[in-house]
Amino acid sequence: MATVITSKKACSVNPLKMSQPIGAALAFLGLNRCMPLLHGSQGCTAFGLVLFVRHFREAIPLQTTAMNEVATILGGMDNVEQAIVNICNRARPEVIGLCSTGLTETKGDDVEGYLKLIRAKHPELDGVPIVYVSTPDYKDAFQDGWSKAVTGIVRQLAQPAAVRAERQVNVLAGSHLTPGDLEEIREMAEAFGLDPILVPDLSGSLDGHIPEDFSPTTLGGTRLEQIRAMGASRATIAVGEQMRPAAEALEQKTGVPYTLFERLTGLTANDRLLAFLSRESGRQVPDKYRRQRSQLVDAMLDGHFFFGGKRVAVGAEPDLLWDVGCWLAEMGCELEAVTTAHSPLLERLPSAEVTIGDLEDLERLAHGCDLLITHSHGRQAAERLGIPFLRMGMPTFDRLGAAHRLSVGYRGTRDLVFEIGNLFLANAHDNRPDTWTPAKEERHAGAPATAH
Amino acid sequence: MATLAGKIQQVFDEPACGKNQAKSDKERKKGCSKQLQPGAAAGGCAFDGAKIALQPITDVAHLVHGPIACEGNSWDNRGAKSSGARLYRTGFTTDINETDVVFGGEKRLFKSIKEILDKYDPPAVFVYQTCVTALIGDDIEAVCKAASAKFGKPVIPVNAPGFVGSKNLGNKLAGEALLDHVIGTEEPAYTTPYDINIIGEYNLAGELWQVKPLLDELGIRILSCISGDARYHEVASSHRARAAMMVCSKAMINVARKMEERYGIPFFEGSFYGISDMSDSLRQIARLLVEKGAPAELTERTEALIRREEARAWERLDPYRERLAGKRVLLITGGVKSWSVVAALQEVGLEIVGTSVKKSTKEDKERIKEIMGDDAHMFDDMTPREMYRMLKEARADIMLSGGRSQFVALKAKMPWLDINQERHHAYAGYEGMVALVREIEKSLYNPIWEQVRTPAPWDAAPL
Repeated sequence: MATVITSKKACSVNPLKMSQPIGAALAFLGLNRCMPLLHGSQGCTAFGLVLFVRHFREAIPLQTTAMNEVATILGGMDNVEQAIVNICNRARPEVIGLCSTGLTETKGDDVEGYLKLIRAKHPELDGVPIVYVSTPDYKDAFQDGWSKAVTGIVRQLAQPAAVRAERQVNVLAGSHLTPGDLEEIREMAEAFGLDPILVPDLSGSLDGHIPEDFSPTTLGGTRLEQIRAMGASRATIAVGEQMRPAAEALEQKTGVPYTLFERLTGLTANDRLLAFLSRESGRQVPDKYRRQRSQLVDAMLDGHFFFGGKRVAVGAEPDLLWDVGCWLAEMGCELEAVTTAHSPLLERLPSAEVTIGDLEDLERLAHGCDLLITHSHGRQAAERLGIPFLRMGMPTFDRLGAAHRLSVGYRGTRDLVFEIGNLFLANAHDNRPDTWTPAKEERHAGAPATAH
Repeated sequence: MATLAGKIQQVFDEPACGKNQAKSDKERKKGCSKQLQPGAAAGGCAFDGAKIALQPITDVAHLVHGPIACEGNSWDNRGAKSSGARLYRTGFTTDINETDVVFGGEKRLFKSIKEILDKYDPPAVFVYQTCVTALIGDDIEAVCKAASAKFGKPVIPVNAPGFVGSKNLGNKLAGEALLDHVIGTEEPAYTTPYDINIIGEYNLAGELWQVKPLLDELGIRILSCISGDARYHEVASSHRARAAMMVCSKAMINVARKMEERYGIPFFEGSFYGISDMSDSLRQIARLLVEKGAPAELTERTEALIRREEARAWERLDPYRERLAGKRVLLITGGVKSWSVVAALQEVGLEIVGTSVKKSTKEDKERIKEIMGDDAHMFDDMTPREMYRMLKEARADIMLSGGRSQFVALKAKMPWLDINQERHHAYAGYEGMVALVREIEKSLYNPIWEQVRTPAPWDAAPL
């Protein structure tokens, strides 16, 4: 049980948090032939674009309603209309994902009203669904924007079905999962003869494939007809607490029952998923996963010497923090935790406290820790602290392969045991003649560290 | 906002800008930002531009007053290097919440400034306005003034909220902030007849350090670089320089021009990219300094250094000629780089099959025509799809561009080189040109190209 502490500072230093609209935009990037559109100033889109390009090392379709000062004051109806018409003419998307921003929410643009008027005026756009989601920058964080977008997608596009597709399951995937993770989850479901529909599916759009031609929209990802067909599935697997609202919305609309998996890193977490898949499919757990489970058990036995009693500072959005934090605790580590926004999970974290704060808070907590885990912006803190640093989460812009980092499944967990265990091993301190000599500085050990 | 609107009009009416002066009164009033097309726009906002221009000042705290998006989505992502102070890489933001939006964020801003001064003790705090806080009417100039008075440290308002215009406008508004609040507020410890300012150079990938050793050798002191690897004190006392070089032509022309008017510092527009341009720049610096009273022998020493460095550079480039002859380059960049790099690449035998002139001035375009002949392939605005086609159909061998369009080339399985702000290699001066050519050669001849272009056996022929 953790005490949730909200930072009292007026100024956020070295932000851990990113904003809602780009979280929503990334969810839309997991749909096939989609164009996400931010209703805001062009900078809102430019920053998100650069961030995703550097993380995924892929071209990113992302547009803007290009609001200027005057348009903001007068209302953005014309800009939204022009943007949609232009996008449809130039990029011919199958679906548009429209997200508001702090700017247009402060003004109070009634985007849903605009969309009704635009629909009436432009019947030629009838074939292109537009999913709108309200995502002011000054509320919540990246993960919440993603969650709201997915909820909007299923609420608007999924259809109830008369006939059940017996082998079809829905997977609602949280923003903390990488394309590599999604690929692993898909393989697991398929190994039981199930036919999964992943929403959103970044493993289709941002997995680094080489398309045959240039596309101005996403290429790959969940297809529109797949989303519509979700109502026919026998079950929904929601991965991450952030997917609960979307899973509930889907259940309400289509009657497909959902099961929430709070996390998929760790032995017991995956046991639970495979038992579920086995029940749903009526098939035995395939040998492949029995072997992988045994390999993970062995890795845990080999690795636990190096994990036990280690202090690890983790800065991440709530679902990723939950995923990694719980697993580290299961390996015998102690946890220092900083996150970006509220979540029902926070109080249940296996740490004494969890701070809703920034990387300055994390850096303070990480003094004396054995490992720092956060996104690439933690690099300066890690350097100052002089402790090993593992990049996890978005953005990871200074390492290759962010899209393919695997940390779910038995196999993903096994590799994570090795990766983090090796960081501990590489940083092990040899005993020296003065190791057991009381140090003079010890009197000052409790003194706070100086800033920067 | 009235003052901001006035400032923008003033910035748009730039007497030292050739492009601006060629316009009719009516055109000029519209300003120099193209009207953006919703749904078909790309590029940063004015806030982004202001931050790019000022963030390289390394020892101050850069505080962004706005919701998390403006700083949280973008901080510490540019390659401006520092020779010492690191504070510029710390992200500070008021991260305003819904309550602030309703009741105003001025108190949070004031408290934030105090927290920063208490914890980090920088020589100054730069406060950046953003769209939301501008819209709700937070008066950052008043808050900065109050904070300055209360804490006895310069707190500089940078009033360039994103929605007032483009990145380029933001560069200029950042320059205005320096002119209004920083430049001329302190005095240098000493001055010499060899003191210059370099304006509009951001020390990306450490490029300033490719040039500085040559200036050092000539005894020329960079009193202040605005703003690459700059310290607050240097910028504040930059009004005592004898001459100035303006590097990125469209970015900070207002700073160069107004410093000439106010402090009598003559300036020229030059570039560190390309061999002949580098030499020209050194010559011009020497000329202006001598005109302002530096000993005339500086001219000869400069010429001698240019002769030596040019010979050395050409000697180092020579080995690449054979391997680069006839290779075709597609150059997608803006402004000055388009002509100054073109000339240098041509000199080692590369053929330029196209260059973008989206951000170039009329003068830039004329220079390109001069260099490339009448059949100059100038593109005003090339769509990614066109770039992709051009590469896919092998009408170019390599593309040089900014990071955002890199995948257009890579997905066509064609070599690409980063020449924009996020690049890791430094391409300035004589050293930089050699580095650029070496990178092009490395990229063109990497053994992966043949492998990645070969189809899988089962796709090439039925098994």
